[in-house]
Amino acid sequence: MTDDIKGPEARYFEKLAQGIFEIQRCATCREHQFFPRALCVHCGSTQLDWIKPSGAGTVYSYSVVRRKPEAGGDYNVILVDLDEGVRLMSCIDKGGENGIFIGQKVSARVALRNGAGMVVFDAAEVTDA
Amino acid sequence: MLEAIRNKVAIAGVGVAGLGQAHGYTEMELLAQAATKAVADAGLNMSDIDGIATCSSSATMWAMPVIEYLGVKPAFIDSTMLGGSSFLAHLLPAMHAIVSGQCTTVLVCYGSTQRTATFGRKEGVKARALLDPQPYEQPYQPLSPITSYALAAQRHMFQYGTTRRQLAEVAVAARQWAGLNLEAFMRDPLSIEEVLEARMISDPFTIRDCCLVTDGAGAYVLMASDRARQLQGKPVYVSGSATAVWNRQISAMHDLTVTAASESGPRAMQMAGVSHKDIDLIQLYDAFTINVLLFLEDLGFCAKGEGGAFVENGGIAPGGHTPVNTNGGGLSCVHPGMYGIFTLIEAVRQLRAEAGERQVPQASIALIHGNGGTLSSQSTAILSREPT
Repeated sequence: MTDDIKGPEARYFEKLAQGIFEIQRCATCREHQFFPRALCVHCGSTQLDWIKPSGAGTVYSYSVVRRKPEAGGDYNVILVDLDEGVRLMSCIDKGGENGIFIGQKVSARVALRNGAGMVVFDAAEVTDA
Repeated sequence: MLEAIRNKVAIAGVGVAGLGQAHGYTEMELLAQAATKAVADAGLNMSDIDGIATCSSSATMWAMPVIEYLGVKPAFIDSTMLGGSSFLAHLLPAMHAIVSGQCTTVLVCYGSTQRTATFGRKEGVKARALLDPQPYEQPYQPLSPITSYALAAQRHMFQYGTTRRQLAEVAVAARQWAGLNLEAFMRDPLSIEEVLEARMISDPFTIRDCCLVTDGAGAYVLMASDRARQLQGKPVYVSGSATAVWNRQISAMHDLTVTAASESGPRAMQMAGVSHKDIDLIQLYDAFTINVLLFLEDLGFCAKGEGGAFVENGGIAPGGHTPVNTNGGGLSCVHPGMYGIFTLIEAVRQLRAEAGERQVPQASIALIHGNGGTLSSQSTAILSREPT
């Protein structure tokens, strides 16, 4: 019941702040979904479980946002497909120095910044495309 | 069936104001100028307006101040906000309202001082993050909306071998059309190399892959076709109109190379009873160069993945095989926050043969297409000089 006291968004970010990354899986149709919702986007069921994804994913697309060095320098933004079949926006935190490419294997990690959790990815191995 | 209202409503007048830079004016003042011109262009008075469609990027109750400012008392009010496609999405509900007799004359209007306002794009992005949060994307600081479109471009390049050079062709074609349009904001010649070598913003986009930030206002008047024919001007018929939305966030888009234009396009063309060979000119919302490739493909003017080849060698430039964005588009003509209404205004001018140096010969049927959000909302319409 404690999980039901908060909505799925608050619960997601509360867990994330504890360093735990969880996504929803529908108890009815077994499909995963991201971002967290109050209903299953696949079948409409409201019976949703939380699971810990393996963290393994593949870069679906990426961009490097250009920023002046004095403002913090360039940074990357990626879309990543988790092995569970859901997509999210994130960034490559470590291992992106030698290049980011579509199809790159990455793994999820929760970074804690200013008390909030943030899902980031590390390149599984540093290779060129 | 929607075919029953095909050509039943016509655009009787259009107007623009404050294109480019409009120092010292509010967006409402520009809107009112464009609205006044559109109403006069139709040969009407503001007191004839009994329907309003409008929306704003910042004011959520925008229809009310517009009604108050113009001094109208509309029986039909639509303030649906779907981003830049809104003013094309406003077509079909207005047609229903006119055909059913809810009202007789609808004014669709928009104004923005995005370029000169003290409260500009930067503040707008910041305010929206608070008022309309996207907590699953904002922490990663995508440039809004540039990075979202850049992600789509990168994926298109990966999947179909599309090149930055092909994207640059879109910007160069827009600039060549703008060179023929005295209203356009940027008219200097532009080369593919200049696009590629411009300042990189969010890979693979340089600043020249991105639309302008200008001021500007646009308006048009809709009424029953049989009434419009009795007025002074040349009516342009609304033959088909359709809107589709599949998602809001780019991260929630299933396939970044296929937009909901692939749904709105066929629906609009079916309503109009036209096929691709009937289309004489195309106006597409070119917020970024990739948009034009995606929409040419999704609207069926070429196969998926072949948009790059379609625009190569000046394919959509003046003198090319297909006239696209003949005013210079959002890339070179005007882009005041939301560009959609200008696709319609340019098509009307072309269909009335009032486009001067950039006139497409024998322009009879136009396809116009608006986009909103981050490839989120798509609205297509077919306009024609004679009923289709």
